[in-house]
Amino acid sequence: MKDTDIKRLLYTHLLCIFSIILSIFIPSFFLENFSILETHLTWLCVCSVFVTAVNLVLYLVVKPNASSKRSSLSYKVTRFLKCCIYFLMSCFFFHVIFVLYGAPLIELVLETFLFAVILSTFTTVPCLCLLGPNIKAWLRVFSRNGVTSIWENSLQITTISSFIGTWLGAFPIPLDWERPWQVWPISCTLGATFGYVAGLVISPLWIYWNRKQLTYKNN
Amino acid sequence: MCKSLCSTPKDPDSVDLGWGLEISILNGCSRLMPIICGPHLQKHRCNWWRGTLHWVGYGAVYLLEGFQEEVILAWLCIEGPENPLVLYPTVMNSLPATSRMQKISVLLFLAWVGFLFYAGIALFTSGFLLTRLELTNHSSCQEPPGPGSLPWGSQGKPGACWMASRFSRVVLVLIDALRFDFAQPQRSHGPGEPPVSLPFLGKLDYLQTILEIQPHHARLYQSKADPPTTTMQRLKALTTGSLPTFIDAGSNFASYAIVEDNLIKQLASAGRRVVFMGDDTWKDLFPGVFSQAFFFPSFNVRDLHTVDNGILEHLYPTMDSSEWDMLIAHFLGVDHCGHKHGPHHPEMAKKLSQMDQVIQGLVERLENDTLLVVIGDHGMTMTGDHGGDSELEISAALFLYSPTALFPSALPQEPEIVPQINLVPTLALLLGLPIPFGNIGEVMVELFSVVEDPQPHSSALAQASALHLNAQQVSRFLHTYSAAAQDLQIKELHRLQNLFSKASADYQRLLQSPQGAEAALQTVITELQQFLRGVRAMCIESWARFSLVRMAGGAALMAAACFLCLLVSQWVTSPGFYFCPLLLTPMAYGLAGAIVCAGLLTATGLKPDPVVLGAMAAVGSLLPFLWKAWAGWGSKRPPAALLPIPGPVLLFLLIRFAAFFSDSFVVAEARATPFLLGSFILLLVAQLHWEGKLLPPKLLTIPRFCLSASTGPPRHNGTHALGLGVGLLLCIRLAGLFHRCPEETPACHSSPWLSPLASMVGGRAKNLWYGACVGALVALLVAVRLWLRRYSNLKSPEPSVLFVRWGLPLMVLGTAAYWALASGADEAPPRLRALVAGASVVLPRAVAGLAASGLMLLLWRPVTVLVKATTGAPRTRTVLTPFSGPPTSRADLDYVVPQIYRHMQEEFRGRLERTKSQGPLTVAAYQLGSVYSAAMVTALTLLAFPLLLLHAERISLVFLLLFLQSFLLLHLLAAGISITTPGPFTVPWQAVSAWALMATQTFYSTGHQPVFPAIHWHAAFVGFPEGHGSSTWLPALLVGANTFASHLLFAVGCPLLLLWPFLCESQGPRKRWQPLGSEAESRVRPEEEEEPLMEMRLRDAPHHFNAALLQLGLKYLFVLGIQILACALAASILRRHLMVWKVFAPKFIFEAVGFIVSSVGLFLGIALVMRVDGAVSSWFRQLVLAQQR
Repeated sequence: MKDTDIKRLLYTHLLCIFSIILSIFIPSFFLENFSILETHLTWLCVCSVFVTAVNLVLYLVVKPNASSKRSSLSYKVTRFLKCCIYFLMSCFFFHVIFVLYGAPLIELVLETFLFAVILSTFTTVPCLCLLGPNIKAWLRVFSRNGVTSIWENSLQITTISSFIGTWLGAFPIPLDWERPWQVWPISCTLGATFGYVAGLVISPLWIYWNRKQLTYKNN
Repeated sequence: MCKSLCSTPKDPDSVDLGWGLEISILNGCSRLMPIICGPHLQKHRCNWWRGTLHWVGYGAVYLLEGFQEEVILAWLCIEGPENPLVLYPTVMNSLPATSRMQKISVLLFLAWVGFLFYAGIALFTSGFLLTRLELTNHSSCQEPPGPGSLPWGSQGKPGACWMASRFSRVVLVLIDALRFDFAQPQRSHGPGEPPVSLPFLGKLDYLQTILEIQPHHARLYQSKADPPTTTMQRLKALTTGSLPTFIDAGSNFASYAIVEDNLIKQLASAGRRVVFMGDDTWKDLFPGVFSQAFFFPSFNVRDLHTVDNGILEHLYPTMDSSEWDMLIAHFLGVDHCGHKHGPHHPEMAKKLSQMDQVIQGLVERLENDTLLVVIGDHGMTMTGDHGGDSELEISAALFLYSPTALFPSALPQEPEIVPQINLVPTLALLLGLPIPFGNIGEVMVELFSVVEDPQPHSSALAQASALHLNAQQVSRFLHTYSAAAQDLQIKELHRLQNLFSKASADYQRLLQSPQGAEAALQTVITELQQFLRGVRAMCIESWARFSLVRMAGGAALMAAACFLCLLVSQWVTSPGFYFCPLLLTPMAYGLAGAIVCAGLLTATGLKPDPVVLGAMAAVGSLLPFLWKAWAGWGSKRPPAALLPIPGPVLLFLLIRFAAFFSDSFVVAEARATPFLLGSFILLLVAQLHWEGKLLPPKLLTIPRFCLSASTGPPRHNGTHALGLGVGLLLCIRLAGLFHRCPEETPACHSSPWLSPLASMVGGRAKNLWYGACVGALVALLVAVRLWLRRYSNLKSPEPSVLFVRWGLPLMVLGTAAYWALASGADEAPPRLRALVAGASVVLPRAVAGLAASGLMLLLWRPVTVLVKATTGAPRTRTVLTPFSGPPTSRADLDYVVPQIYRHMQEEFRGRLERTKSQGPLTVAAYQLGSVYSAAMVTALTLLAFPLLLLHAERISLVFLLLFLQSFLLLHLLAAGISITTPGPFTVPWQAVSAWALMATQTFYSTGHQPVFPAIHWHAAFVGFPEGHGSSTWLPALLVGANTFASHLLFAVGCPLLLLWPFLCESQGPRKRWQPLGSEAESRVRPEEEEEPLMEMRLRDAPHHFNAALLQLGLKYLFVLGIQILACALAASILRRHLMVWKVFAPKFIFEAVGFIVSSVGLFLGIALVMRVDGAVSSWFRQLVLAQQR
């Protein structure tokens, strides 16, 4: 592991953060009355698209795990299709989990689903980019001593912090402050975004600080 | 005989306390040596006593199904009349006295910890929840309050009661939270300085103008409200003239209606018309009393204008219509403005100016016979809150105006200070009404002067007679109250009664000879006022003052008890832990503390208060413990030992603790608890995965990982645990469908499924629901029976098992029949009415009786074990030795041991062969492995059915979910626990926390809320459709059982947390895991086919078993204890909060009662496990005796 790796990690993460900031400001040039709170669903879609795009581009440019031996077109296409299916499945999975956690079942379905989409964007998309549609690899990364590179380590941190942010985002809902952002699912989506951004910021720093202790065994 | 065994061992680390021996079967042997052999130990090795008394294990001949495992404990007699070494291959299953002592001390210790909490709760409650008895007596016109003639011109006048009326009509304008200084003009502090400009000063200009122009018509007073300064309590005070506390004992919790005598009631019974407009709190307080009423919702604190504008719309038209005798207008805008913005906000100025205009409009419309009263019910703090007893909160403005001259004297320099409730007797007498029975206010004498008559004598006489009437009424109330309740101080009561009789006598004497006694009249007035003020002071002392000392003391006691639980739950599993001294010392110190305290109290002449005595006993018994802990820490304990709770669990407990301090979270607890529980469950699953227990290591490619995985075997595969987690989440979500909304959230809709089926219209849906409910019952029954069959506890011929097989279906049948009758009672044909009525009385009682008899059977014969066959008596064998006496040297041992081993092997082999050839000769006992949990599950089921009957029919689905989700949770938790075979056994914190969370979640999903109006009162009529007559404990018990059903079930079922991992052992793969290198002798064994010991492992180590039970109880008490502690702290810290009486105080009460129910249930559950243990022991003993014969 070299410092250049960490630097690359930091830059990619900064780009991801930048994409989220862009998703806040760019649509207001094209859409009237755009604001995060009032046209929340639009923002969710825009943010999701931006983050996915940036993640894909970064993956293609940086290639953190450039070890794909087969490079036939059909393989790539099936892989891409598989990734899409995985993404959709994760959206539905998160939706089910939200409902199990107490989200309304019938009302606000679209809101809940878009929330699932944005959380999938923050968690599943990086996993798909880095690890591919390979559940076993995912399970490995998210267990103790399972990471094999700083990329996986940062993936672990950002994903977990996204989840924690989402979880913490649910806490203000019952409070009687009557703020517009306390409405379901705005506080949770904001929490997820903040968690994701925090994870993006923290993970390079954490890896930098612990670079002495971190030794990765590559298979 | 056998001194070496029975005497207390010196070294507690190497010896399990509490082993004893059934001496009777070892006749004549005076020294014994224990030997344990069998496949249970490593490789059929025998272990025996080597110098020190070292017991390796403990066993019995119990052959589980398939005769694959024998554990033989043999006794080597080394000193006796027979041959030097005699081997007794006995089943050693005595119940040693010390083990029983351990059990008793565990139970007593838990009871003691419970007592500590109770003492803390009682102390806190006595300081926080002030109580008062409500009397329902009423004053009436015909009955004067005391002997003596009715005074001063009341005779013969129409409409006059105790006194002639001065005003025939009153306009009462109640401006919520009108603090006294809101009515003050802006003034400068010193000469020359500019006036202080505050938004709330000088806005009621019109009042000041009137006061200046018409000083004989108007007065401004500073009225002092009594705490609690919340609107509802103030309204009660302003109409009854008493000091309402939070809990007025005797009141009907189901509604807020005032049962005491009050002004409004007196007006209504005198035939006067009362018109009300404003805050809808009055609707609950005085249902159906007003001749005309305009209510406006008061809940939304942020809405400043709805109520006020609504009043203004109706106020003047009503006033002009003159179809009223009393007009009450309750404005809320000022109060809401205070809550929303605080008093220092421009909005407050606007609101007060609006009020000023209202008053001006009213004064202009007043007629001569009308009195205008403008009053604030309480003040507000600098931030706009109220509820407490600070100066700003209790000072309120009181303004009186009459179009005719009322006050003889000129305006005083500073407004007089009067207690708020003084308005009640004053208004009553001014209107010519009897003073409400429970009033303790004092008439404002100034208003009873005779303005037309300039003679001071007649004024004084009028004042004295009003005061005397008032005093008579108060004295009558005191007499009645002290006869009904004992909370007033006797001494003070006597003093006041004497004062009153003296004043009364003086007054009567003056009436006889009225001339020239103005000075004497003034003395009488002063005496009467002294009496009235004394009464008020005494009542305030006992009814209306938070005792901060008691609150702090109670909270500290609870905190200390929590700390103690934490501490001891750690100590218990440490080696060298003794049970007996655990109890005796605190008991002795506690008794000493109580005696000393009682002595001190009696020495100072005070009546000893049981609450204080209990608290002193608790403190006295706690101190030595804490001292010991402190001393222990100083030297050796690492700081990490202070906080043994793992991080994530600690986080959850902290969140839960903090949530009690926010009224929003308390209100939303019904939603927050399932959320937390769900998070907890997912965390458990994630943790299992993180630690590699979910997946077999081969899935994970890193070779290093296998090593870490080998420390904990994956007993369940990944999908299994994930399935458990998702199933749990699903159960919780489904149970959440049965939620009841708190009244604070108007947007929320309660589940329609909580209502009984009888209230449903539409036969088809009703039938379907009825089918679903009965289906849930049957499913519950089938599930329990399947579970018992799975562990084959259903084959035993024991009576309790027979009850499960036949009694439970009967109970289901009875419940279903009762539901059918209850839901369709109205549709029954008339000639069957009597039958239906009779059945609806008999059926619930029959079910409850069946359940009770089932529990009795279970307690009587708790061992649900099937014994297949018995063998003949085992023979004793003689080991031939070349020496006499005990083996002393290594050579002797080397000679003796192989012989013993050979003998035993022959014994086994011979027995097995005999079993094969000659039929059953060995004892085969089935289901010993689940004997404890079978009893627990049976008890829980028996308990659940009567509780189910107390709920609405459709809650049965929730009960089914309850059983299902606790089953899933137990499995999930068991997946994360690896059993350490010889002990010590522990129940992890996450298990206990999740269990407590689930109890709370079920409380909500069974349709409860921690507020009094939400209690299911109908539960009192299950089995008693005609009511209970005068008895109160039975309905209270039924309603309590309904409300705290989930607390009870989960607390009783708590020992399952300890038992379940052992139970799950049988489901895992057959390979048993050996601890690596734990003992020098032990080796990794080749895989053998063997039946798991399951719960017999617990029996094998009774010391650890008892310790684990104690630890479990303490951990559960700790988790519950911090909840009640948080409630108490929240209630005391936020005692000025707007919601303290609406949210925090009820929550505290529910949590406290829930804690008491839970602790009792926990105690019973642990006692049940111990009873089963004792029964298993005696069962073994009987088996041995049967074999010996």
